[in-house]
Amino acid sequence: MSTAAPPTTPGPLTAADGGPLRTALRHRGLGKLLLLAVAAAVLVPLVRATWPGATWPTGLTVDLSGPLGRTSDWIIDNRDSHPLFVYVLGHLSNAVVLSVRAVYLLLLALGWTGVTAGVTLLAWRVAGLRIAATALVSFAVSGLLGMWVPTMQTLALMVVAVLASVVVGALLGLAAGLSDRVFRLLRPVLDTMQVLPAFAYLLPVVLVFGIGVPAALLATVVYAAPPMARLTALGLRGADPGVLEAVSSLGATGRQRLLTARLPLARKELLLGVNQTIMMALSMVVIASMIGAAGLGDRVYQALASVDVGAALAAAIPIVLLAIVMDRTTAAAGARLGSPADTTGPKALRGPLAWAGIAVLTAVLAVAGRLAGSPVWPAGWTVAIARPVNDVKEWMVDHLYSGVPVVGGTADWAAHFTDWVLNPLRDGLTALPWYGALLIVAALAWLIGTWRTALTAVLAMAAIGVLGVWKPAMNTLSQVLAALAVTLVIGFAVGIAAAGSRRLEAVLRPVLDVMQTMPQFVYLIPVVALFAVGRAPAAAAAVVYALPAVIRITTQGLRQVDPGAVESARSLGATRRQLLRQVQLPLARPALLLAVNQGVVLVLAVVIIGGLVGGGALGYDVVTGLATGDLALGLVAGVAIVCLGLMLDRVTQPTARRTAKGA
Amino acid sequence: MSSTPSATPATAAARRVRRRTAAGSALLAGAVLLSLTGCGKADMTKQASPFAAAQGAKSVTLSVQTWIGAQANVAVAKYLLEHELDYHVDTVQVDEIPAWDALSQGRVDAILEDWGHPDQERRYVQDKKTITAGGGNGVTGHIGWFVPKYWADAHPEVTDWKNLNKFAAQLRTPESGDKGQLMDGSPSYVTNDKALVKNLHLDYEVVFAGSEAAQITQIQQFAKEKKPFLTYWYQPQWLFNQVPMVEVKLPAYTDACAEKGAKDPTTVDCAYPTTPLQKYFNTDFAQSGGAAAAFLKSFTWTKENQNDVSEMIASDGLSADEAAKRWVEKNPDVWKRWLPGK
Repeated sequence: MSTAAPPTTPGPLTAADGGPLRTALRHRGLGKLLLLAVAAAVLVPLVRATWPGATWPTGLTVDLSGPLGRTSDWIIDNRDSHPLFVYVLGHLSNAVVLSVRAVYLLLLALGWTGVTAGVTLLAWRVAGLRIAATALVSFAVSGLLGMWVPTMQTLALMVVAVLASVVVGALLGLAAGLSDRVFRLLRPVLDTMQVLPAFAYLLPVVLVFGIGVPAALLATVVYAAPPMARLTALGLRGADPGVLEAVSSLGATGRQRLLTARLPLARKELLLGVNQTIMMALSMVVIASMIGAAGLGDRVYQALASVDVGAALAAAIPIVLLAIVMDRTTAAAGARLGSPADTTGPKALRGPLAWAGIAVLTAVLAVAGRLAGSPVWPAGWTVAIARPVNDVKEWMVDHLYSGVPVVGGTADWAAHFTDWVLNPLRDGLTALPWYGALLIVAALAWLIGTWRTALTAVLAMAAIGVLGVWKPAMNTLSQVLAALAVTLVIGFAVGIAAAGSRRLEAVLRPVLDVMQTMPQFVYLIPVVALFAVGRAPAAAAAVVYALPAVIRITTQGLRQVDPGAVESARSLGATRRQLLRQVQLPLARPALLLAVNQGVVLVLAVVIIGGLVGGGALGYDVVTGLATGDLALGLVAGVAIVCLGLMLDRVTQPTARRTAKGA
Repeated sequence: MSSTPSATPATAAARRVRRRTAAGSALLAGAVLLSLTGCGKADMTKQASPFAAAQGAKSVTLSVQTWIGAQANVAVAKYLLEHELDYHVDTVQVDEIPAWDALSQGRVDAILEDWGHPDQERRYVQDKKTITAGGGNGVTGHIGWFVPKYWADAHPEVTDWKNLNKFAAQLRTPESGDKGQLMDGSPSYVTNDKALVKNLHLDYEVVFAGSEAAQITQIQQFAKEKKPFLTYWYQPQWLFNQVPMVEVKLPAYTDACAEKGAKDPTTVDCAYPTTPLQKYFNTDFAQSGGAAAAFLKSFTWTKENQNDVSEMIASDGLSADEAAKRWVEKNPDVWKRWLPGK
């Protein structure tokens, strides 16, 4: 997730190559389909003769519960004695605890005055006055909501997690950027990480490290490091060969070339990587609280246990604000790299002395705060928002749930959605013979990509069957497809509208930011209240989460359509509608495909969390595995989710984008 | 990291750099780790939370489970530990079974309400001895199937499982398809419902809400509309004060049925037992936890006490701390006897 620009900006096709290219594609597509049809004609009768029935044959499954159960027992029995744990993982865990504690104590020592001043000045220096003001307001709001201490805990955790992710990601990216072999090895891993819902791997981490901050931090690093690695590698590999040639002809050694040419040339990607890493890490705050992350996430999680949406929101707002401040600051720092240095900020904040100035001022304010009173936010200066928010929620639920004239209530919509969309889709997918499903996946992935992507997709799909979770996976898939359809319809419509009006786009921007950074857990309860327990609320939550990315990419894609083509169509007398349908949309096709791809990955992530509100299927298995410490159940479902994600990604990922694919 | 035999000068150089950086960072990391931790072993099962109070302060960590009853126990224990015994109390929200794990590792010092986990008890209390049983907390828990009182009043026969099939049609939802919906909650709760539905030949589908929060929200929503529903639920629970519910009689619980169920959970065909809720302590804490351990060992109260606190938290919207404070002010005779040496 990112509130920054999507990493890939598909190159605009000119109108001239559009036609022939597409015809060629269609021909090649036909050939591929024909080939598949032939293969199917040969294989399907064979398969049907061997394994009759539509569901995945039991003969082809592997039952992992025995070995996984034993692994789990071994870990529990040896966690406090085996050298691997005592000498390696124990130190790792200890280092995490100590570094988080160090940062936390520093933040507490600075006090609320010091922290607020420090962050504001830093934002001013790096990103300008407006963002500094945002930072100031954000921290004040966190204090006002009575969330100062949890905010500091989360901030401490984030600082360590982001630093660790950036270091790990940069090292991996450096290796992949410099060595082709490492790049080839790493790319599929990073591709997989990208579609991996964080929820899926909490369980193994918890089993090894136990509930607590180390487990939460490591899960966050695993989730947040891949974009950094990917963007570092891309930045290094994308360096202008001319410049590199020039540098080596000047007699630079390899190391000099790396330090003086390749890394500086890649700094935009590096900063984008940092930005993405921060956003990913923040999106883990609440999920990681399920395994003991403490801080704001824990407040959200605890509030939800008592069905207190207001209290959950009070803890979620600081998360959103932290995300927005960090995103804007790093994005602005990235944008400023191209322009001459030190052009923003007041005079006092320019030049090398600025950093010293910031430190001194922060220290002074910290001491002032100390002298004035408590180092944490004064208890009297808080505003309780929980009750009014809950009242609003109650009102909404009372008035929208059912019996609304003409349109019907939300519960009725949910019932219709379940009856008319989710149920037929699920039953259809479950009734579909498994080889049929594999063929469809192969056809889709091959049409849009290469035989390699098709093979990956088919193998991922087959792995789900082998793991013995074909049926729940089909159920999850039906939810993903239904939610994706809704997301795309709304997303494209809003995206097109926003592309046509700068004002609408400006109004939408903060809304999308909030939707994107708001922890999904916060709206899980209201969606249950509105849509009743089941798969419908899971789908609704998924739509809310995936919409911003789809809207953004659509808007941006339409905006980037070659103005020449638009102008010439207009001069030929095309109406606005014709313009959109016949020029802009076809030309923005790569962006629209990217939107589908991103949408699918985001929807999947939330449909899984939907296990908490009655979504059932794989998500429920993961939740159950986590809640009961059942490694076999949780891990198998987790792996199946990864496979599903891989398959969906490959099926929606055009080939052209593969090389340029960002985080 | 790999090395290519036909490395170009650039990659060779890069490799050198990388090796040096790798070696350097490994050294640095090693040095940092050693300086932080001292040489030798680091047993991660003995590490505290980074957010725990500074060393020297007396501190206790309690596990809070997701349901409100458990939160009420912890709220009162925390309030008294902090205000009467000068401890600093940290709470961690963990699911039931991971909580056992955390307890054995000393990440938490005590669980104040456990609904019975024989496997974990065998592993940690009997075999590893890292957890010590702490006796009952005075509350008796009971799991069962419940229907709302307004519906049971209109159709008294619904409170017997034999008549449930007659009402299945009324309980249909989009999720349960053409069967009646029996709503279950969090996956971590003890449940035999799937087996019961099958073995009692009921025309029902078990729908898992996935979390207690979702289940409560749904029950409240049904109650607002005065719609009929059938749900897995348990006592004591504050929601009964808001949505009165009546238990559906299932075939009586017998030892024979329990034994059968212990062997093969899919054969269960009788009601849930009543469970005296138990406390468990980390063994080290139980032995050397001082006043806090003594206090928690003698912590027992009644179902009514617990519900008073739960309801203040859940439906009056008080913070757990505030609810505990009010209860403590009103009921000194209950908690005075928990204090050690008094």
